[in-house]
Amino acid sequence: MPTTTLAGRTIELDADGHLANLADWNEEIARELAKEAGIEELTEDHWKVIRFMRRVYEEEGDAPSIRRLTKESGVDTKTLYKLFPKGPAKKAAKIAGLPKPKGCI
Amino acid sequence: MRKLVILGGGTAGTMMANKLAGALDLDEWRITIVDSSETHYYQPGFLFIPFGIYTLRDVRKPRRDFFPPGVEVVSSQIDHIEPDKNRVILAGNAVLPYDYLIIATGCKIRPDEVEGLVDEEWGKSKFEFYTPQGAETLRRFFKSWEGGRLVLHIAEMPIKCPVAPLEFLFLADSYFTEIGIRDKVDLHLVTPLPGAFTRPRAAAILGDFLEKKNIHLTTEFGIQRVDSEKKALVSWEEDEVPYDVLVSIPTNMGDECIKRSGMGNELNFVPTDKETLLSRDFDNIFVIGDATNLPSSKAGSVAHFQSDILLENFLDHTDGRPMRAKFDGHANCFIESGFGRGMLIDFNYDVEPLPGKFPFPGVGPFSLLEETKMNHYGKILFRWMYWHVLLKGAELPLEPQMSMAGKRP
Ligand SMILES: Cc1cc2nc3c(=O)[nH]c(=O)nc-3n(C[C@H](O)[C@H](O)[C@H](O)COP(=O)(O)OP(=O)(O)OC[C@H]3O[C@@H](n4cnc5c(N)ncnc54)[C@H](O)[C@@H]3O)c2cc1C
Repeated sequence: MPTTTLAGRTIELDADGHLANLADWNEEIARELAKEAGIEELTEDHWKVIRFMRRVYEEEGDAPSIRRLTKESGVDTKTLYKLFPKGPAKKAAKIAGLPKPKGCI
Repeated sequence: MRKLVILGGGTAGTMMANKLAGALDLDEWRITIVDSSETHYYQPGFLFIPFGIYTLRDVRKPRRDFFPPGVEVVSSQIDHIEPDKNRVILAGNAVLPYDYLIIATGCKIRPDEVEGLVDEEWGKSKFEFYTPQGAETLRRFFKSWEGGRLVLHIAEMPIKCPVAPLEFLFLADSYFTEIGIRDKVDLHLVTPLPGAFTRPRAAAILGDFLEKKNIHLTTEFGIQRVDSEKKALVSWEEDEVPYDVLVSIPTNMGDECIKRSGMGNELNFVPTDKETLLSRDFDNIFVIGDATNLPSSKAGSVAHFQSDILLENFLDHTDGRPMRAKFDGHANCFIESGFGRGMLIDFNYDVEPLPGKFPFPGVGPFSLLEETKMNHYGKILFRWMYWHVLLKGAELPLEPQMSMAGKRP
């Protein structure tokens, strides 16, 4: 398994470069993952999306789609793309320490 | 009598009706299948219609010809399911009670879900080929088109047959070359995915094909709206891709009857156990084909592999035994690549499409992830197989589970 160093710790990654273990995640790691994805600072809106994603993942075993984020996270699509440029669902999943969403097959 | 109701008589519903009519004792079971339309379309054939390779007549047959004797056929719109009362409500309020239900209502394109797609330019400069009418309209248009910038865009995933957009572009390359105007046609794929396909290894190989065929690719494009006046796609980040002709793969959604039943996710797909195919919420409801929310491709071949699993699990479950068969996400897709050639991919939930030979290791006759004439014949033969073997629920010399034999990891 590939590894990386985040917040001073060695962390395992999966084949897609996402965290391999949900439990390795914390807010500091999220901030570093965000920087790697080109997001300098995580605002309250970013956190709202990240927390929503983690909750859905814990309850259902898969990260939500953009459509679901728009409907239920309280952040509209336009803002989602501003917060997480390019693929918001994919990018937010990575920062939230979740595997790549399976929805896109 | 125990009552089984199958909702939807398309690819999956028809296969299940045939398999179960053969496996269940019809003195003990009453099987009813419901569909609102009398015509069964071979949907993979829609791809060929815009290029005049198939006509509408080549892709349709009367639905009833494929249902087995002994199964009751109801021709009606399904209004909704009442899963707590074990009954289905049809249009006009007719009530259909069941002991077991199989949902096979498929999915369809929803052009109305893409802002600015459906207006007076729909069918004039903006088209689709996922319905028989849409494919036929596009054929008529191509007959007199003299060239320009043709953009094919995918609105959002999942879509049925995720390789169909690529095949469309490969066939367009071939078609416009043959009629002598390829130098006047600019072909462009716009996708929300990070590459040409959903799986990285196949995406890299298919991406190379696009380049070789001079088809341009824009990735990670989340469509906000279509601007008909400017003739451009506009993304959520306000990037624009101009077009002369737009061929759209709009949002694909499960049927509205699923929504009316309160049984679907945000795209009206029914939450389904990815191994047993039992509904996640109801112990006497199975779900198969495009109607599920499974992370497998929405394809006829997938529905076929699922039907083998569902048959076994249905028999176990209704006899009170634990369900033993497990669906592994197996998909097998021929990819028409133009100029009389084709490719083939074979994969499942966990294993990427890999190169190699199929189905017989070392022998083939089909080649995985390679362009050959044989693969093209496979795709053409598939239509015959569909009508004569698949729908009838007959056995194919293929196991439902994916095999690694013949593949090169
Ligand atoms: C352009 C195109 C190309 C494709 N190419 C390929 C390919 O190369 N290979 C491949 O394997 N697959 C391909 N597919 C996909 C394949 O056709 C589908 O995955 C397959 O048909 C799914 O079967 P299904 O039974 O789930 O749905 P369907 O076959 O669509 O059947 C659903 C049925 O339910 C009925 N129904 C739905 N709602 C209601 C209601 N409320 N009341 C009454 N009846 C209802 C419909 O009338 C329909 O008959 C392609 C699809 C398209 C559009």
